[in-house]
Amino acid sequence: MATAVEDRADGERQSPLSDAVVVRFAGDSGDGMQLTGGQFTLSSALAGNDFATFPDFPAEIRAPQGTLFGVSAFQINFGSSAIDTAGDAPDVLVAMNPAALKTNVPQLKQGGLIIADEGEFNDRNLAKAKYEANPLDDGSLAKWQLLKLNISQLTMDAVKPFGLGNKEALRCKNMWTLGLALWMFDRDRQPLIDWLNAKFAKAPDLAAANVAALNAGHAYGETAELAGPLKQHHVDPAPAAPGLYRTLTGAEGIALGLVAGAQLAKLPMFFGGYPITPASAILHHLSRLKEYDVTTFQAEDEIAAICSAIGASYGGSLGVTSSSGPGIALKGEAMGLAIMTELPLVIVNSQRGGPSTGLPTKTEQSDLYQAVYGRNGDAPMPVVAARSPGDAFECAIEAVRIAVQYMTPVMLLTDGYIANAAEPWAVPDLTTYEAFPVEFLTEVPEGGFKPYGRDEKLKRPWVKPGTPGLLHRIGGIEKELDTGHINYAPGNHQAMTDIRKDKIDGIKVPDQVVELGAEGGKLAVVGWGSTFGPIHQAVRRKRAEGEDVSHVHIRHIWPLPANLGALLKSYDRVIVPEMNTGQLKTVLRDQYLVDAKPVNKVSGQPFTIAEIEAAIEEALG
Amino acid sequence: MNEMTTIARTTTLKDWETDQEVRWCPGCGDYAILKAVQRTMPEIGTAPENTVFVSGIGCSSRFPYYMETYGFHTIHGRAPAFATGLKLANPDLDIWIVTGDGDGLSIGGNHTMHLIRRNLDCQIMLFNNEIYGLTKGQYSPTSRVGTTSPSTPYGSVDRPAQPAAFALGAGARFVARGFDVSKELPNVLKAAHAHKGAAFIEIFQNCIVYNKDVFEDFAAPKGAEDRQLWLKQGEPMLYAKGTRGIALDAEALHLKTVDVVDGDWEAAGVIVHDVTNRSVAHMLVEMRFGEFPMALGVLYDDPRPTFEADVVRQNKAAAEGKKADLQGLLKKGQTWTVTESGPEL
Repeated sequence: MATAVEDRADGERQSPLSDAVVVRFAGDSGDGMQLTGGQFTLSSALAGNDFATFPDFPAEIRAPQGTLFGVSAFQINFGSSAIDTAGDAPDVLVAMNPAALKTNVPQLKQGGLIIADEGEFNDRNLAKAKYEANPLDDGSLAKWQLLKLNISQLTMDAVKPFGLGNKEALRCKNMWTLGLALWMFDRDRQPLIDWLNAKFAKAPDLAAANVAALNAGHAYGETAELAGPLKQHHVDPAPAAPGLYRTLTGAEGIALGLVAGAQLAKLPMFFGGYPITPASAILHHLSRLKEYDVTTFQAEDEIAAICSAIGASYGGSLGVTSSSGPGIALKGEAMGLAIMTELPLVIVNSQRGGPSTGLPTKTEQSDLYQAVYGRNGDAPMPVVAARSPGDAFECAIEAVRIAVQYMTPVMLLTDGYIANAAEPWAVPDLTTYEAFPVEFLTEVPEGGFKPYGRDEKLKRPWVKPGTPGLLHRIGGIEKELDTGHINYAPGNHQAMTDIRKDKIDGIKVPDQVVELGAEGGKLAVVGWGSTFGPIHQAVRRKRAEGEDVSHVHIRHIWPLPANLGALLKSYDRVIVPEMNTGQLKTVLRDQYLVDAKPVNKVSGQPFTIAEIEAAIEEALG
Repeated sequence: MNEMTTIARTTTLKDWETDQEVRWCPGCGDYAILKAVQRTMPEIGTAPENTVFVSGIGCSSRFPYYMETYGFHTIHGRAPAFATGLKLANPDLDIWIVTGDGDGLSIGGNHTMHLIRRNLDCQIMLFNNEIYGLTKGQYSPTSRVGTTSPSTPYGSVDRPAQPAAFALGAGARFVARGFDVSKELPNVLKAAHAHKGAAFIEIFQNCIVYNKDVFEDFAAPKGAEDRQLWLKQGEPMLYAKGTRGIALDAEALHLKTVDVVDGDWEAAGVIVHDVTNRSVAHMLVEMRFGEFPMALGVLYDDPRPTFEADVVRQNKAAAEGKKADLQGLLKKGQTWTVTESGPEL
């Protein structure tokens, strides 16, 4: 058993652990790091910590073993105070092979702890990771603390009594590692043991082997008399309101919010989707919810997915479609038809890095222009953006509400980070949500039936085919005022274009609130979507230092809240951090003539808190 | 068309006409098809409010505006996708898709294929005029080799798609052919409507402006008997007033034409049309006009369970015994309760 602990040579080592700890599990795609991270997350929840996670996995399904591009990582930030991001730099890096070490160690906090599976640092794996010498031995990791363990061998030893084959035995490595992590952070093992027994209920040997590996990892921490880095560290629970909590990913938040929205509207839901990363998870979730009056349809392509959803809306269901940037681009023409025929529709865009195929598994916020402006003709459409998994639930309900109350397609923006990340979520009480039941037109109203007649909100009536007496035709050719007949007349097109614009402009959205800080002052940091976490933490820290800075986070991207212009003008300076090259910034400048300054990042990784702090410092001068 | 949904209704041709001015070119074959459909609907006996015409883009796709039913004029090539969502939202509706050779086989070929493969219960009328009319005369995917057009001034070089063969290849359970001015067209429409599942009808349609009389070689009234083979279930495949017929060359495994002497078609080996024979259907859709007469009528009709019925069945089965308790669903997964003394499972 080769175990060694090496301290940094110089005496400047920072204590890496404090109230909040960032741990990153990294290994080969086949090493089960996402599962390890998920279970460690549950353990954090049960320890009462607040947390945020960030799964970071390759685009390849099973990349060749041991390669740099095949590394899969899971980062969790947990702590005893409010946690809004998955953390900037990890305090602890668990590296299951050389490639995982190489791709992840640069982000590790100075003085942070590396736990490396020495057993995987053989010549073959070192070569695959393009290491010329073994980094565990050559001193190149001197600025961190290094703990070398032969996790592979230790796992094999632990599971020996169960007679598993070599390959199967090694697959328990992640549970050994999880056991060690549980010990490090003073966690209860029992919920994980229960989970393993339930997961492998049909294969008791595998269950027993995994439990043995978990226990062995835990025991290793407990019994190994180690100097240096491997110390047990207890993180106190974060204050949380009493109630029922669960972990929630953004994809779950969207799926559940859509179902809730459909129920509040008293409509059956039709979901037309086509597989695309990272949006597919929403289709997967909804396809299991048949008892909630949900019909899911995997269409032949993105275009058919949205067209089928529009067809279903025409038939009286809540049509929903979902995709990511490239798929949203394909749906553009159909969105125009939904705008022209004024049918309700929710389009979910789980944004990823672009353009073209871009970075399928990495996150970006670069589809804001596409959402607000990306259609032919004057084609206004409401846009709502979710900031977190829990917020995705609320935003999905809001998107449904706007769609049915104004008879319009609505785009709901989320991103790869929100879709995959998990956070603790206080399960809401559905009875506190106000229902907005749809009323279909079923009889000829007084004054005659006008398919394009309008109410005070400029909404046209929704008539289900099958309704006697209200037969009419709709389509994409310009509609005549009131009658909906084909009409190309110049005055009619002007009037209809104006109505479509006025209807969307007139959508009532809540006034913009200041998340942190005050109205007016030296600096506002204005964000949207998943940048909420790093902006919030950075503003909080700067305010604690006495700086005059506030955080404004916009949910309603289009139409913008009525008070937003005045609010932005109440600050001396405005900066807009975005994971794009400045899209919301452009909209704000255009709408309000404010000198909004961009802060941009398009590396496929979320902003770190430090990056936003630096931007605040620069803006304050 | 679904049995449970057949809302019997006595109507007349007038009940199916809208007040909209028809905007096709004078002499266009679409007029004849519109009249045939409007004439057929009362005979089918469904209710206008239960009927939806869904179209894409092109001359043919203006069709819904002229039918006093529900109608959705959608976007180019995508009518099958709209129809699929609509039918899944309300399986009781009687859906007719109106498309053309460009709309249904070029830009929308993918959707046509999948609609047929899934076997959504609907009627698909593909108006084949072998040209792009509404965009002013470019050659289409069914244009014959050498078609000169604004985009092919030296003649088209690519080989045309064969709509009926395409449909059968995609898995169609009903394939029929007719042409705009044919008196038989209503019968073909009725048969399509009677078929449960995706019923594909290729309707040859004369574009009087850009591809005039391109089907005259078989559609012209004079000599029609010699050039048209109207297929009838259970009847021998005879044409030319019973003097010629279609037989199988058993050695070469293809069809051949034979002379029938003194009406003794059996002696000549003429095949009796069996609409459920898929092998023969494959040969009929591939039968080249010229060497053979044009095969018209119901070429193939052998129903299978429909897509929407299977979806509804599966949805019901999956929901069986489960309560739609959303509050309960929110509580599923990795949960814990925070109490005064801390979190617990």
